[in-house]
Amino acid sequence: MRENATTKVQDEFEIVIGLEIHVQLLTASKMFCGCSTRFGAPPNTQVCPVCLGLPGSLPVINRKAVELGLRTALALNCTIHPQSQFHRKNYYYPDLPKNYQISQYQYKDHPPLASDGHLTFEFDGQARTVRIRRVHLEEDTGKLVHVERDGTVLYSLVDYNRSGVPLMEIVTEPDLRSPEEAREFLSRLRTLLQYLEVSSGRMEEGTLRCDANVSLRRRGEPLGIRTEVKNMNSLRAVEKALSFEVARQREILQAGGEVVQETRHWDERREVTFGSREKEEAQDYRYFPEPDLVPMVLDPAWIEEIRRTLPELPEERRRRYVEQYALSPHDAALLVENKAMADFFEATIKLFPQPKTVCNWLLGDVTGYANTHGMEFTDLPLTPEKLAEMLKLMEDGTISIRLAKEILEEMLATGKDASSIVAEKGLVQIRDEDALRAIVEEVIAENPNPVRDYRAGKEKALTFLVGQVMRKTSGRANPDLVNRLLKERLHG
Amino acid sequence: MAIDDHTVEYVAKLSRLELTREERELFREQLSRILEYFSKLNELDTTGIPPTSHVIPMRNVFREDVVTPSLEREVVLDEAPDQEEGYFKVPRVFEE
Repeated sequence: MRENATTKVQDEFEIVIGLEIHVQLLTASKMFCGCSTRFGAPPNTQVCPVCLGLPGSLPVINRKAVELGLRTALALNCTIHPQSQFHRKNYYYPDLPKNYQISQYQYKDHPPLASDGHLTFEFDGQARTVRIRRVHLEEDTGKLVHVERDGTVLYSLVDYNRSGVPLMEIVTEPDLRSPEEAREFLSRLRTLLQYLEVSSGRMEEGTLRCDANVSLRRRGEPLGIRTEVKNMNSLRAVEKALSFEVARQREILQAGGEVVQETRHWDERREVTFGSREKEEAQDYRYFPEPDLVPMVLDPAWIEEIRRTLPELPEERRRRYVEQYALSPHDAALLVENKAMADFFEATIKLFPQPKTVCNWLLGDVTGYANTHGMEFTDLPLTPEKLAEMLKLMEDGTISIRLAKEILEEMLATGKDASSIVAEKGLVQIRDEDALRAIVEEVIAENPNPVRDYRAGKEKALTFLVGQVMRKTSGRANPDLVNRLLKERLHG
Repeated sequence: MAIDDHTVEYVAKLSRLELTREERELFREQLSRILEYFSKLNELDTTGIPPTSHVIPMRNVFREDVVTPSLEREVVLDEAPDQEEGYFKVPRVFEE
């Protein structure tokens, strides 16, 4: 790791980062045809004349994809253009069989779906606003598998299942000033997209992809020469790749050199960016209006309808959790970041109205379990009803906190509910004073030294004795009760 | 509007066409004549007229987000020059 690569620059350079985010939209069918968008199907089983680019086939716009684009544009405070259309972006690469991608180009007279928005978020204790240059719709490409022998590509295999899957491109202005800030922005944007139910936002699965333009400039000077960094497949990768690239460019500039404008790929394993070996020619995409798709003229009533039905967005929800439920801003932020968990939280507190307790269990033991088992929250077999039931058992004293933790673990592992685990294992807390008194007697008889210490005034010895009782009862004794019984016995 | 050899070569390259010297000469002349003919349009005053991309008076042709059957894979791949394990097989894309 290069020195200070990830810290904010203290030197004469200012970091300038802009992001280009590609988002697979949550539609059932493709952008321009009825093929399924289901992930993981055998190769070339979700293709038709349209997404294979066969002569004579004609694309038709998926209304739902436009709606999801509009939903995003509204949430990002964009200007929605009343009339918008698609363009052909021409290039030769077999990931799209038509030799062009249907996309939306930024023409004054035929603009993309939306432009000029912003997203405001808190970073480093300050409100930061990142401007959104545009939001547009396009189609995803197919996937290539390169078949190699001895490090040489022999030929490539193409799967067109992904060809034509609806894709939304979000482009920011170069308003981000550090790799950490870029990561935070991307994380907030991802959460927003999940709240909008526009995207699953799983970077590891490629449903959310991010490229970055990075440059450095001496303070007050015009923008420096930038590189474009690609192939970052997680939030962590974005931060690391950008930190590396910033350090690399700084070294060049400090040595009096010049940054080469190029595309660089992030190598996750070696943790470096490297320039592509292909010749960098100015690409000439020869954009022109897609003649097969007539323009979209968006009905203001439709836009209003979408605006009216926007869900509660993460920022609002965060504020509400602090005000209404008295959660700490930190906890509220963590909870809200995971929409599924936040929804779960709300459902649980309806059944068990102690927000702070529910929040602690979700962010603590439940998240911990998911993390250690490499699972998503949504993969856990827990329901709000089951969690609320367990918390009630704890509240009424049937189980201790320690037992609750064990029971929860079992609930998460097996999907069983708390009361059946308690019944099966005989885990009910012992609150029968006579039963406990017998165990207290045993412990006192077996531990003469601590007993003497306690009587001599060493309060700590009592903790040890309580622990012994808990051990003998496998944690099922009520600690308060044990404490009282021991004291009574020892003082008496 | 005359076109030079460089432009002919560039257009040919974008179209992935290899031209002989004779063809380049022929197309340079033909393309120049075509552009010259079309340049007549520039004589019209189009101030205030928005660029037209479609001449048919149609807007907003959408489909609902409904899955329809795809093609049979065998049918699709049998039309391809080459295939392997359910994939289209294509020559390598990157030069070494």
